[in-house]
Amino acid sequence: MKKSYQSLEDNSTNNMIQVIYRQLASKIPYIGLVILLTFSTSLTAQEGDPAKGKTLFNTNCASCHQLDKKMTGPALRNVEARLDEEHGLDRAWLSAWIRNSAGMVKAGDAYANQIFNEYNGTAMTAFPQLEDQDISDILAYTAQPIPEDNGGGGTTTVGPVTPVEGGISNKLILGALAVLFALLAIALVLVRQTLNRFAQEKGIEAAAKDKSLPIWKAFAQNQFLVLVTAIFFLLASAYFVYGYLSQIGVDQGYQPVQPIHFSHKIHAGDNGIDCKYCHSSARVSKTSGIPSLNVCMNCHKSIYEYKGETTAKYDKAFYDGEIQKLYAAAGWSDADQKYTGESQPVKWVRIHNLPDFAYFNHSQHVEVAGVQCQTCHGPVETMEEVYQFAPLTMGWCINCHRDTNVKVEDNAYYTKIHEQLSKKYGVDKLTAAQMGGLECGKCHY
Amino acid sequence: MKSLIKIAIVLMVFASVVACKKDTRPNYQFMPNMYEPVPYETYQQADVFEGGMEAQIPAEGTIPRGGHMPFEIENTTEGYDLAKTTLTSPLDSTQIDSNRGGQLYDIYCGICHGRKGDGQGTLVKNEKILGIPSYDDAGRAITAGSIYHTIYYGKNAMGSYANQLNEEERWQVVDYVLKLKADLEK
Repeated sequence: MKKSYQSLEDNSTNNMIQVIYRQLASKIPYIGLVILLTFSTSLTAQEGDPAKGKTLFNTNCASCHQLDKKMTGPALRNVEARLDEEHGLDRAWLSAWIRNSAGMVKAGDAYANQIFNEYNGTAMTAFPQLEDQDISDILAYTAQPIPEDNGGGGTTTVGPVTPVEGGISNKLILGALAVLFALLAIALVLVRQTLNRFAQEKGIEAAAKDKSLPIWKAFAQNQFLVLVTAIFFLLASAYFVYGYLSQIGVDQGYQPVQPIHFSHKIHAGDNGIDCKYCHSSARVSKTSGIPSLNVCMNCHKSIYEYKGETTAKYDKAFYDGEIQKLYAAAGWSDADQKYTGESQPVKWVRIHNLPDFAYFNHSQHVEVAGVQCQTCHGPVETMEEVYQFAPLTMGWCINCHRDTNVKVEDNAYYTKIHEQLSKKYGVDKLTAAQMGGLECGKCHY
Repeated sequence: MKSLIKIAIVLMVFASVVACKKDTRPNYQFMPNMYEPVPYETYQQADVFEGGMEAQIPAEGTIPRGGHMPFEIENTTEGYDLAKTTLTSPLDSTQIDSNRGGQLYDIYCGICHGRKGDGQGTLVKNEKILGIPSYDDAGRAITAGSIYHTIYYGKNAMGSYANQLNEEERWQVVDYVLKLKADLEK
């Protein structure tokens, strides 16, 4: 397997060299650069392929190293040249370090011990599988100059699909319509005035109105009509009053502004992180926990900037600022790559809040019943800001209990009771309500 | 003219009532005493706790209920080596539930390490996090003990997962990782 891979690689390098020869004229500056780099770093260096080096770097090194930023290990841009200039260490030393750094520390190599202590005694993983060619590829990649920023790099703006912009354009259209109607009304008034003036000048009197009863008086005299209208208005107002009163205490649609703009769309939607990754206590506890900041830092130690899609309202600088807020709260110094110890709690605003007189247990629904989070919380993976999707009223709970079949498969707990109850109700599949999910004491005690 | 003013007043009252409903603010409550709990709520802010936070770290030297014994190997390179060579799973073959281990693995580990353990999870494919090693990496040569140590304390860029997985769940995941490793080495 490995050999065939190797031969494939060889073929591809051969091809590449042929291509380079074919377009020699246009490649002369490039070749010149390569020669310059090769000779400026080290005379004994083999020629490495930066493209291959990038792949190798990303699979093997990038978990601890970046080119221009300190992570678990030091930044590696021009590492070979820097080691040569500053410490007089050559490719052989570097290769030995990459293949077995712990061995060199133990053997008492001076610079190996210095770097080991500088990074708090974190041992670098050994890479005995890397060939000489691999190492020179990686070093060729690290020796590349910093790419210049090409204008709007990073801030790709996604245009028409954003709801924010849709809102603005809707308002614009409405405003334009209002202005149009106002103009029409003014025009009508003006036309009427001029017509009246014409009539006066010509001496024509407008036809006198009939002496018949005005319509509202006729209406008031008809008692039956008055009664019907009164009843209609009473019923209509009762309907609206009932509607208003029954939504008191219901927070459906509640969307508070959170202290850190955490986008569920980016985390759960674009990157597909499981809900239970962060809300892990939903599996095992009554409460679906808000993750402590160390859970955020699991990823955000490495992810210090946002590179995904942005909108006009939320641009890259905005998202980067929110990550900085997280660093401030967790007490993480991105420059030194360590915790300062000065943390402060984030005051998240609670959205879903069931009053204490109703008992609700997350683990019962998530683990035992296997209910999807989205059933109650809505399409959270599409929400830039979370809002309350469900009304969380009793009627809403009861409806779901009436409609949902209990998941009895793979749960020995249910085998006996399911048999008894399905015989009692004469059904194949039991709903939560038939299992006792409507009993008052199940939720109110 | 008078009726016009009356209509205007009614409209204004109606508008002011309707305008009070705002999505960034919770709705009115009828009898808040029924809704606002007397005891402390989860994550509530309260002055009696340190930093005003109700969520606190367990007191030092205590063991949480459920019989989870403290992990005595230290979070150092020596501790890692010690775990790697000496620590083994307390679960026997009847207690191992690779189904559950797999579910937990997919939630907590698969997002970076990939569902097959080859280091190609969604976050790696999206280039958010780079350099996740495959489990069959020769230089690391992971063992049950080293996997457990890494889940417990984290390693390099990886954080600790001790608060998301309990002791038994961690060992289930360790077993599943070893299974993935064996599959990769085939």
